[in-house]
Amino acid sequence: MDELKTKRDGMSEIVKTVCLWVESFIFLFGIYIVFFGHLTPGGGFAGGVIIAGGFILIMLSFGRERVETFLPHRRITLLESTGAILFVLGSLFGLFWGDKFFTNLIQKKFGSLEFKLLSAGQIPLYNIAIAMKVMAGIFLVFWVLSITRVVLEKNGLKMVKKK
Amino acid sequence: MFSMPFFVVLPLFGAFLITFLNSVVSNKKIRYFLNDFFAVLFTGVLFALSFFTIGKKGVYYIGGWVPPFGINFVLDGLSSLMLVVINLISFCATVFSIDYMKQYTAKRYYYALFLLMVAGMNGVVLTGDFFNLFVFIEIASISSYALVAFGTEAEELEASFKYMVMGCLATVFILFGIAILYSKFGILNMILISKELTGGVDPLTKFAFFLLVIGFFIKAAVVPFHAWLPDAHPSAPAPVSAMLSGVLIKSLGVYALVRISFSVFSFEASLPLAYLGIISMIVGVLLALGQMDIKRLLAYHSISQIGYILLGLGIGTPLGIIGGLFHLINHSIFKSLLFLNSGAIFYRTKTRNLEEMGGLHSVMPVTGTTSLAASLSISGLPPFNGFFSKLIIILACVEAQHYVFAIWAIVGSILTLASFTKVQKFAFYGENKNWRNIKEVPFFMCFAMVFLALLCLLTSLLLLPYFKEAFLLPAQKALDIGEYIGLLK
Repeated sequence: MDELKTKRDGMSEIVKTVCLWVESFIFLFGIYIVFFGHLTPGGGFAGGVIIAGGFILIMLSFGRERVETFLPHRRITLLESTGAILFVLGSLFGLFWGDKFFTNLIQKKFGSLEFKLLSAGQIPLYNIAIAMKVMAGIFLVFWVLSITRVVLEKNGLKMVKKK
Repeated sequence: MFSMPFFVVLPLFGAFLITFLNSVVSNKKIRYFLNDFFAVLFTGVLFALSFFTIGKKGVYYIGGWVPPFGINFVLDGLSSLMLVVINLISFCATVFSIDYMKQYTAKRYYYALFLLMVAGMNGVVLTGDFFNLFVFIEIASISSYALVAFGTEAEELEASFKYMVMGCLATVFILFGIAILYSKFGILNMILISKELTGGVDPLTKFAFFLLVIGFFIKAAVVPFHAWLPDAHPSAPAPVSAMLSGVLIKSLGVYALVRISFSVFSFEASLPLAYLGIISMIVGVLLALGQMDIKRLLAYHSISQIGYILLGLGIGTPLGIIGGLFHLINHSIFKSLLFLNSGAIFYRTKTRNLEEMGGLHSVMPVTGTTSLAASLSISGLPPFNGFFSKLIIILACVEAQHYVFAIWAIVGSILTLASFTKVQKFAFYGENKNWRNIKEVPFFMCFAMVFLALLCLLTSLLLLPYFKEAFLLPAQKALDIGEYIGLLK
């Protein structure tokens, strides 16, 4: 970790040290918000934004290359479309095995599940799918902003990829 | 009623599946094939499914939650008519895109955005809930903003930005209208609000109605609010222009306007709609006459033809409404065909300027013939569909004793004919100076254009009693007072 801190990419050593301390708590808080979305305020969207915020913090303090080692562009688009597909499939299951689109199948099959893990039926699963989608989406927006810049050409402004 | 949510879910699923496959499959050729295959498959299946909705009526509770707690989908004659039109045009535009979009990079994003736009439009047409209506309008609009800017040239980005500002203004109006209605009644269900309104309308509700109507007027590009359309529609790739002019302004603008004003607010005195229709009709066609950019000319004609639709609907008699709805179907067919023709010309000549074209009919016979059919259709010459719908609208004006309206409609039709004579003269006939060595466009593009050109002739048959009773009359009856409330038992 010390070599990471002294590398020239990103911000100063103080920022990097603090970032290493807080980032695990940020991810944990994001995951908590996602998993308890059906019981407490929050849910897939809010949790996803917090997790994406954790990645953005790493990107700001350690530089873009550090994040690209574990989240390359291709993997993050895969994560985004997987989240969306899981959500649609989850709702379609209700149509095929229940009677209506978006039927809460787990609740329907097993009756009421008070004080159990899946007490809200399918809703936590939907929350996880949304969190994947939102995390990847917000992170992609930031990533695209960080790799492009606007330059002045002879006939107006143009967006190009950074070297 | 199994098929109702499919109209929203299938295109959404298709959009996500295409992006998913593109990040999983590494072989470039297979990936490109899968993109085209799934886009055509999903739009084709939706087109086939839309025929099963004809003649059906009903309410679908999503997740089994009954109103006012849950969201519901409502299907009646008008919705099924719009579903058939939207999915027909989206199928043809997708088939056209297979070859046309090879000029652009990132076809996968194009297909994903395109399918999202289709999902939004199908949702707008089906939904029976005010806030859900707003969400679907935003889905369709935001994907269309991105699609307008798809070429990422300076001109396209500017048009997209202008479109986005005007579109956001429209959605703000719609959202405020919905917020006022929600604060007043505490429910968002359109049928239940319609029930509450039968007792009478107070000034606050009138204000909400006014805000909603202004929003839908901007979306439909009726004349005082039309400034974004002549920039946005020509800048998009041709199949997207076909979708925008063909169905987007109708489903987000005209359909939503008609649904809110006739079904929910039981709005009877609709003559202001007819006046606005006449103004758009004449102003649109006058502005179109001077254009030398073929796509811009077509975009101005969209404003003008929306005027005809509003005139027919604004007269408010059963015959007028049938004329307006019939013209809505016809306009989406011939206007998307004309935009596909302009795309075919652009594909070979790389120009949109009419002065640089000339004599293209001899080198591109399929494009030339289909464009002639569409031009005759939009100018209202028999036996093409445009003639019959304009005839019905004019007859409805005469029947309701609005003779001045009828004269203006005829004047607009003559000016349209003049403007399309110009298009044919400059682009397809006349002397062929620069374009002796070009070929006809590839098969899939020809297929889409020929299919739509045949429909230009065949949709005239919708006026035969059998088809009329199956398709047009239910749509007209759906707008009768009390019909919409009766759907929810």
